[in-house]
Amino acid sequence: MSHLATAGKMTGIMAAFISYTAKNLPDDVLARLEALRSQETEPLAVEIYSLMFRNLQLARELDRPICQDTGYMQFWIRCGSSFPLIGELEGLLTEAVRIATAETPLRYNVVETFDEVNTGTNTGTGAPTFWWDIIPGWDGCEIYTYPAGGGCSLPGHAMVLMPGQGYEAVVDFVLERMTSYGLNACPPLLVGVGIGTSVETAALNAKHALMRPVGSCSENERVAKLEQLLEDGINAIGFGPQGLGGRHSVMGVNVVNTARHPADLGVAVSVSCWCHRRGRITFDSDLNYTVSTHSGFDMGGSK
Amino acid sequence: MIEVRNGRTILTTPVSESDLARLRIGDVFYLDGELATGRDSVHERTVYEGKDLPVDIRDKVLMHAGPIVKQKEDGGWEMISIGPTTSMRMEKYEYDFVKATGVRVIVGKGGMGPSTAAACRDFGAIHCVMPAGNAVVGAVCTEEILGGHWLDLGMPEAVWHCRVRELGPLIVTIDTSGRNYFEEKKTEYDRIRREQTELISKQVHFTK
Ligand code: SF4
Repeated sequence: MSHLATAGKMTGIMAAFISYTAKNLPDDVLARLEALRSQETEPLAVEIYSLMFRNLQLARELDRPICQDTGYMQFWIRCGSSFPLIGELEGLLTEAVRIATAETPLRYNVVETFDEVNTGTNTGTGAPTFWWDIIPGWDGCEIYTYPAGGGCSLPGHAMVLMPGQGYEAVVDFVLERMTSYGLNACPPLLVGVGIGTSVETAALNAKHALMRPVGSCSENERVAKLEQLLEDGINAIGFGPQGLGGRHSVMGVNVVNTARHPADLGVAVSVSCWCHRRGRITFDSDLNYTVSTHSGFDMGGSK
Repeated sequence: MIEVRNGRTILTTPVSESDLARLRIGDVFYLDGELATGRDSVHERTVYEGKDLPVDIRDKVLMHAGPIVKQKEDGGWEMISIGPTTSMRMEKYEYDFVKATGVRVIVGKGGMGPSTAAACRDFGAIHCVMPAGNAVVGAVCTEEILGGHWLDLGMPEAVWHCRVRELGPLIVTIDTSGRNYFEEKKTEYDRIRREQTELISKQVHFTK
């Protein structure tokens, strides 16, 4: 296949994947929601879960987006340095967003700042978002897709604490955000917490945390302990599905950490709503792909 | 009109103040009848620019929502998905909006603040939430799109005039007495949050 043809092929797969993930939740999210539903005792919360599952079923049957807010597309690309299409990736993913927008259809969610006009294509200046990691020597490419919803992006917050305030201040920072903003962000939430040295590193860690599977825990024992404590603590607040009250307020808390300057403790929180539509697709150099998040996605090209 | 049908409380437009007197915060109901969508820009136009809403929603329903609609071949519209958006963004406009339009029921997502609560009390209206993210259910409950207005604002921001059937469940979050479900809950959530913060803080003293 020519270079152009392979780029076209990957564009088609990505457009189909973006569209599919707007209509079908990832396996881990579905499983967690089912578990939370079965443990719920508040009648109003039980009714809300029933509605959510009826909606998911209708979305599948009618082949429509689960939520009307189909998000602002963000990609975390972990690309091998020898992946043949490394130079074309941003262009072809942008094209895939345009195609998926027209075909799904997705709602237009990209507004140029200052000019304040909606581009009508879900693409624009810096849109979609790309975050890159280059994996030396590898010839494959792994892509996380994430349509950031408006309501669930709103609680996002980052700041740099003084180390003397300690991880105690991190706990305060995260929990405060839950009651001030989290309950309006369509709980049960997945909460991503990032720890780093500055606002940028902490914030990106928080986003990476949202890409980790629901129910996974950090390899660092202290971090894993903090994840569990935060999860139990936020559940204890009891805001439940839609903030109206219930046994579980979160699907989980994932913390991702990197090193810090001795004088700074950067912290950020980024949340996802119950409609956590992140996807993960991995290509080899021949564009065979595997999808770890959505077992139902298959357009005949997977291995 | 308000009635019980197959065990469900159904509110039908046009809605009077006395229909709403039976609905208190925390109550669940379903909606039959006419609504218009409106979010930030629609409020900006009506409240700050003084323009008349293109749809008469007196005794009817406003939904804070930005749907996905598709134009049909005959020029009409089809609802693909509709669900509520965060109501709090409209808080700063809502008192004047309710006063100007005579709207009775506001459907949205999450809580609203004291000015909306004051509007509900002063003009006999309620705010309720539809659990968000359930946009296909919303679309299936939309029987017909009666019209699309202010399309220059873009699809999500435009005014979509719809007829719905058994839209819900809707949960009353501000009632006509001005009681505010989320505000009352928030006091409790905040108290537990402070307790939990203290409890967890004792177990995370990792800095040296
Ligand atoms: S927060 Fe999520 S579920 Fe709620 S409206 Fe936004 S995208 Fe949809």
